[in-house]
Amino acid sequence: MSEPILVARHLVKTYPQRGGLFGLGQQKVKALDDVSIELNAGETLAVVGESGSGKSTLARCLLQLLPLDSGEVQFQGHDLAKLTGKELRAVRRDLQMVFQDPFASLNPRMRVGEIIGEGLLIHDIGNAAEQQRKVAHMIKRVGLSESDFQKYPHEFSGGQRQRIGIARALVLEPKVVVCDEPVSALDVSIQAQILLLLRELQQEMQLSYLFITHDLRVVRHIADQVAVMYKGRVVEQGDVDSLYQAPQQEYTRNLLNAIPGRRQLAGLATQANQVQVDN
Amino acid sequence: MTALLRMEELTVVPVKSPQRKLVNQVSFVLESGKTTCVVGESGSGKSLTALSVMGLLSEQLQRTHGRVIFQGRDLASLSTEEIRGIRGKQIGMIFQEPMTSLNPVLKVGYQIGESLTEHLGLRGKALRARVGSLLEQVGIPAERADSYPDELSGGQRQRVMIAMSIACEPAMLIADEPTTALDVTVQAQILKLLDELKTRMNMGMLFITHDFGVVADIADDVVVMFRGEIVESGPVADVLGNPQHPYTRALLDCVPDADGKKPLKPIDYAWLTNGVDP
Repeated sequence: MSEPILVARHLVKTYPQRGGLFGLGQQKVKALDDVSIELNAGETLAVVGESGSGKSTLARCLLQLLPLDSGEVQFQGHDLAKLTGKELRAVRRDLQMVFQDPFASLNPRMRVGEIIGEGLLIHDIGNAAEQQRKVAHMIKRVGLSESDFQKYPHEFSGGQRQRIGIARALVLEPKVVVCDEPVSALDVSIQAQILLLLRELQQEMQLSYLFITHDLRVVRHIADQVAVMYKGRVVEQGDVDSLYQAPQQEYTRNLLNAIPGRRQLAGLATQANQVQVDN
Repeated sequence: MTALLRMEELTVVPVKSPQRKLVNQVSFVLESGKTTCVVGESGSGKSLTALSVMGLLSEQLQRTHGRVIFQGRDLASLSTEEIRGIRGKQIGMIFQEPMTSLNPVLKVGYQIGESLTEHLGLRGKALRARVGSLLEQVGIPAERADSYPDELSGGQRQRVMIAMSIACEPAMLIADEPTTALDVTVQAQILKLLDELKTRMNMGMLFITHDFGVVADIADDVVVMFRGEIVESGPVADVLGNPQHPYTRALLDCVPDADGKKPLKPIDYAWLTNGVDP
């Protein structure tokens, strides 16, 4: 069993919500309600849930992109919730993120080479020539070519932009990557390519992924562990096989039953095998 | 059984570069009470096909060839006035984005009622009663007619869109990725609702999607499009269970399954270069 690399305990995050007459009243919405998770080194933990269940808030709070109300996040001997400024920035080198929307998450005024290399510049890694070499290596590794260096993000398709986003996160050789719905904006045909790329890179670079998604078909193919979130709480957590075969909670069962085409496709597949056997 | 909609060799091109065929010689038939799913990647021309039925193509695009025969009349030969009488009354349409296709400054009840006033001349109490019953049919309490779109959730807004599109009991419903923006649980509810309405009102449904899971749940017939052309079509069991065209097979292969038994495969365009085209 591998060691936990990122451990979050009792995370709480509330958002104020305006309500009442003329929006003058204030209510608190609990986006994270005592959430604890563990991510093992070299593994993928998928966080699933419907919109509003708090999964993206969890991703942001883990990276301290949003301040927590309470709770602690242990990573490499630090409690991230207590770090500030310079120390936090230094830790983020090992803690990167791939965002959901490949159209909004790349600066349209920067060239691809600059976007991918910016992290190296910020963390002051190597000299200019080394940086150039690292960026070139990464850009080829994610399946783009060196001539794409000088291009701007708008010249790429959604799938290619997501590759750029991955290259930007991985050029720093991080330990943990938080992927917030990295494939939900993509076509099915492109989705599989990106998932395979993420899996290959995980093996090559010994990465640990925290993978946020609402698509339970994707989870089955990429996750080792799964945490199911509902209304800001983790309702069920376990390894992917046992969770899919024997879900303990009513809510998890409902989610699994809602996967489109589950029974029909399975039926058709056996039918197709039958046809092949008959032939 | 006579066809409700017959698409004959529809071809759509940009006005400025007529050699680029965005939709190329597309033909298929839709029957009353049945669902035909059009599947394809983005850019395959599936939404353009749907928009051409309604005569809603943008001005930069042009239908150069083909006929769209609905209940025996060629929609393309009708005047703007005549097609207005059909849109919303005999053909309803649900768009992809429930967040952006409702007018934010009008109450949802008013928006549902608009087509009833326009086509059936309903007003006052009769209109209110009809709007209320439509909302209840799609599972929203009748009082919510006085809500604004931003007071409803994504799933509820999509239900409002459905109520709008079936208000005049159309003979045909066009749904352009109606569940893509929704959560899986809500998606399952909406698909079930659409299927029930289709059966109860004996509508023909033209359903645009890129999700084979949804196709398996809802379709009677499937049309697979690739780069503007139909590569394969037929009953759902044949196309999904025993696909003939290499593109259909490649596309089905890259859909992740919920049981994790199937290895993930990236899309394979090898058949394009090898020239194996049955």
